[in-house]
Amino acid sequence: MLKGGRLRFFRRYFLPRLAQYLLVTFIGINVAFFIPRLFPSDPVLETIGTIRSQGTYLDPATVDKFISDLRELYGLEGTIGEQYVDFWKRLFRGDFGISLFQFPEPVLSLIGKAIPWTVGLLLTSTFLSWLFGLVIGGIAGYYPNRLWVRALDAVSMLVRPLPYYIFAFILLIIFAYVVPWFPLGGGSSIGWRPELSFRFFADVIRHAFLPFISLTLLGTAAMYQMTKLVVQNINAEDFVQYAQLGGVKGRAIISKYVLRNAMLPLFTNLVLSLGQIFGGALITEIVFSYPGLGTLTYHAVVSGDYNLILGVTTISVVAVTTCIFLADLVYPLLDPRVRYR
Amino acid sequence: MKVIRDLFRDYRFVVSFLVLTVLVGLVVLSAFSPYDPSRWLQTPKDLPPSQEHLLGTDSKGQDVFWQATFAVRNSLLIAIIAAGLSRVIALLIGLVAGYRGGGWDKFFMFITDSFLVMPLFLFIVLLAMLLKDRLSLVTLGLLLGVFGWAWDARVIRSQVLSLREREFTKTAVLSGTKTLSLVVKEYIPHVTPIVFTTLINNMSWVIGMEITLAILGLLNMDIPTLGVMLQWAISYQAMLLGYWWWYLTPTVLAVLLFVALYWLSVSISEYLDPRTRIQRVGMG
Repeated sequence: MLKGGRLRFFRRYFLPRLAQYLLVTFIGINVAFFIPRLFPSDPVLETIGTIRSQGTYLDPATVDKFISDLRELYGLEGTIGEQYVDFWKRLFRGDFGISLFQFPEPVLSLIGKAIPWTVGLLLTSTFLSWLFGLVIGGIAGYYPNRLWVRALDAVSMLVRPLPYYIFAFILLIIFAYVVPWFPLGGGSSIGWRPELSFRFFADVIRHAFLPFISLTLLGTAAMYQMTKLVVQNINAEDFVQYAQLGGVKGRAIISKYVLRNAMLPLFTNLVLSLGQIFGGALITEIVFSYPGLGTLTYHAVVSGDYNLILGVTTISVVAVTTCIFLADLVYPLLDPRVRYR
Repeated sequence: MKVIRDLFRDYRFVVSFLVLTVLVGLVVLSAFSPYDPSRWLQTPKDLPPSQEHLLGTDSKGQDVFWQATFAVRNSLLIAIIAAGLSRVIALLIGLVAGYRGGGWDKFFMFITDSFLVMPLFLFIVLLAMLLKDRLSLVTLGLLLGVFGWAWDARVIRSQVLSLREREFTKTAVLSGTKTLSLVVKEYIPHVTPIVFTTLINNMSWVIGMEITLAILGLLNMDIPTLGVMLQWAISYQAMLLGYWWWYLTPTVLAVLLFVALYWLSVSISEYLDPRTRIQRVGMG
């Protein structure tokens, strides 16, 4: 590529997207900051209320001390302007305060422990559902009248509408209660320390299996339906008909002509739904008490831990928007036509 | 009448129509319930299904069948409020962005895309956490309505964009039709089918969210919804204790509801316009 071309790509494609990415991330983080402050309920007083309702007696002096400590902990001291500046300062230091649910562990280290589980689950399930959906949907769209295609259509029509929670819950009932092949939940067996052994590895896989399957099946069903439709539409185009008449083999048409064109709308769609897939992964983790960000969110909600939930939300916003930005940068590789636009 | 007859040829429409009729029947029945849904110990506890208690009773001393009628009613109510509100937002943004174009379009599409890419689930959880005690059926509906419009606004916008290029728009503009009356008289009838099918899909999303929030313990546990019923069953260990009639009732009802709503929207949108299927399936 010429040097001028690279510069043009940088200006016309990269910079606008970088600006949009930074702006969206900025807005998202601001929303996370302002939501708790827009509402009259005071997280500090609520925390004290929770402690009192658990039957602990607090004398007035302790309460006052406690309130000021908690205000500091939550970053709720001073005017809203000061809080805002302080919030960004802390954010850049990576300081999300201290968790109440596992006092006094910093929020960041709790999130750090949870992220590998979520990322592992999400990456494998998203990648595999994309792969399966694309391949099976592509072939099914090319041969829409085969018997197995109709059977798959029926299955995907049943699976597709189910929300993450219900689908995961049904799998849990069937494979952990009715036929107890898989554990009820958790990331590994209780009391096992992470170690580099086959036994531990197999245990982790066994625990991850049900959450992984529920995410992958739902993702594959969605991807299958979409690919099939896109492929059916492309099939009607002249160049495919021409290739068929010209004697190009079916498999070559699917992989080289049809799927290559179908990739673009499918990829755009994947990028736009990353936020939802992420949310779905969190929900699925809750069902199986899988030790990722979702279960952490659950504990934060149940124990009213605002620092933790704010930390999870902020980091998730940054993570999801960054993934989308990176995916946007990959897009020109899939479609050479957009490069200069 | 021909429309109805044509639709009834599609087995998916027939099935979803029957299922939804039964569910609406349950909603109507809830008005005749012999038990107060918010009070405990109305019946003996933990009875399996019998003639007296069709679906048994739960550990709170409630009849599961009658509890379920209230749950379906309340879940549908939340869904209708939320989907209604988000349709209004989606329609407004889609029409304005699509018709005005230029800066308006860029601005609204930026907001829409921001909504699309955010992990909304966490924002909803954060809001629900703060509203917790004030979260009635109506406020929950409104809260979910504010979050559920982005994808559909995009779909409506792209429809309006293509309408704007059509011949009749030019004719109308040249013959002096006012923008408002053009949009209301000519465009709204064209986008109504999309609004309707996205309404159904959105109701599904809302009920899924409602169930998730209930499991997180963020809903008022005294007002039965499908999610709240399931959450009670889970918190009383109904699965370990083998009270299948308790936890399966909300699960099966939810599955029926989701599948019926989806099939209804698929068959209607395919009937209205086979080409819009991509947009419909595009719902993430």
